[in-house]
Amino acid sequence: MDIRKVKKLIELLEESELTEIEICEGEESIRLSRGNSGTQVYSVPAQAMPPAPLNTVAEPLLDDHAGSESFPADKVPVVSPMVGTYYASPNPDTPSYVELGTEVSVGDPLCVIEAMKIFNQVDTESAGIVRKIFKHSGDPVEFGEPLFLIESLSP
Amino acid sequence: MIDKLVIANRGEIALRILRTCRELGIRTVALYSEADRDTKYVRLADESVCIGPAASIDSYLNIPAVIAAAEVTDAVAIHPGYGFLAENADFAERVEQSGFIFVGPSAETIRVMGNKIAAIKQMQSVGVPCVPGSNGSLPNDNVAVAKIAAQIGYPVIVKAAAGGGGKGMRVAHSEAALLNAWQLTRNEAQASFGDDAVYLERFLERPRHIEFQVLADTHGHVIHLGDRDCSMQRRHQKILEEAPAPGIDPKLRAKMTQCCIDACHALNYRGVGTLEFLYDNGEFFFIEMNTRIQVEHPVTEAITGIDIVREQMQVAASQPLEHTQADINFTGHAVECRINAEDPDTFLPSPGTITQYHQPGGPGIRVDSHIYNNYTVPPYYDSMIAKVIAHGENRTQALTRMSGALEEMVIDGIKTNIPLQQRLVSDPAFVRQPIDIHYLERNRRS
Repeated sequence: MDIRKVKKLIELLEESELTEIEICEGEESIRLSRGNSGTQVYSVPAQAMPPAPLNTVAEPLLDDHAGSESFPADKVPVVSPMVGTYYASPNPDTPSYVELGTEVSVGDPLCVIEAMKIFNQVDTESAGIVRKIFKHSGDPVEFGEPLFLIESLSP
Repeated sequence: MIDKLVIANRGEIALRILRTCRELGIRTVALYSEADRDTKYVRLADESVCIGPAASIDSYLNIPAVIAAAEVTDAVAIHPGYGFLAENADFAERVEQSGFIFVGPSAETIRVMGNKIAAIKQMQSVGVPCVPGSNGSLPNDNVAVAKIAAQIGYPVIVKAAAGGGGKGMRVAHSEAALLNAWQLTRNEAQASFGDDAVYLERFLERPRHIEFQVLADTHGHVIHLGDRDCSMQRRHQKILEEAPAPGIDPKLRAKMTQCCIDACHALNYRGVGTLEFLYDNGEFFFIEMNTRIQVEHPVTEAITGIDIVREQMQVAASQPLEHTQADINFTGHAVECRINAEDPDTFLPSPGTITQYHQPGGPGIRVDSHIYNNYTVPPYYDSMIAKVIAHGENRTQALTRMSGALEEMVIDGIKTNIPLQQRLVSDPAFVRQPIDIHYLERNRRS
């Protein structure tokens, strides 16, 4: 779930008389509850999380890439070629193009970015294993923003 | 009022738009290329989106990137500034088709005014005087073209229909030079604008460039904010502007402003606009209309006290203009100097890091600029980095204040045209009376 949307929900809750809001979007849901010490945020992780292969770490839902601009030498960043909305899969009911640990060859699709109702597929330019996925379906992305880290398989 | 607005531009105008948005409570989204990541307005905006690499074609001119940025930020409106996509009718159309408000006139108006031949025909039909010319694009026939030129009378100027802003034009003083000038301009027009349509106008030897500022809302109100004299130019690019234009007969001025207002009504114009004229021998001749905010708008703001960007927002929000014609008073005289990152003698661009920046101040001095200490002027864009505006009770005081301001201004680390501007504002000929648009080129210091 997109951090901007979460912020908007928090604003909504604070401006209203409600004590609790729960929003479900696809497989994700978020519940905001007005506690005694201000607004609290609970988020439910995605239901269909595939089993993570050994040696990889599942990312928390609201991971923010900001500040992590330097990457380890063997991990190739895939950055967004355009402004738009990121989607991990071609449709809401089809599986993601890649998961953590997926091995990709040059030219394999990684995600789509939608802008002005047109979906643009982003393919990988390097072969390797997907080690990090920075974005979630529905997240806005800007030009140059890191989307994936691919660990290149040494020749 | 508009909730959130995308600023689809860069540099000083992006900061200008942001300032008025902040005043009006409009949330701002600054768009930037990778080269503009560290600009002042990007840091000040509520949100910012990187839309592409440094090259304008991939960023500020990238229509899908700009509209996508508005989509992902849930913006309501897009302000195109000046230059870039501001007068691109396709852009305006796509913005509106995508469900956003385009801050400016309709795509149709932009399209008509963007084609200089169509604009002239439109103006003629509502009685606006135009430069005697071919009244249409030239046919592909040497003999016919020569005949048209002879009827207009030499010297003539060949202009690209899809050009404007000083681009795509060439003078011919005789029939011998005409055919060559015509061919070259056609080729250039095809290459630069994708349209080789050209037309002829009589070339006025020593005209002044005088333009009229108009504002129109969606409730049928059209007002003018007076005129500006932008005759100090180099290669058709304005260097220094002033308001009001000195030495114009008040009755003629009143007639022209009424003419411009009538033209706007006829066009069903919306937003801000400027009708540009050549003034020669006591006569005004329409050359083109700019359907956007202009670089030199601050001199008009100085003498009227009106915030032109604010009025743009009012119109974009479908609200009536905040002022009627009766509310507008003209006070004193204002001059603007464009400060460019360039060599003051060779005019070669001088990008780089500004190691020391000090802004002038004092009564009647305004500086519109996005630069700051240690800001790096990128090499990819227009060289204008600041505008200094001086307002006074009269022209002499405005020029004196400008001279003082330029003396105080410090921009170290790069070259600027401040020395050139200092020479201009103290040039006895210029101080004594307004000059014509070829003055600077005739008197260039070698």
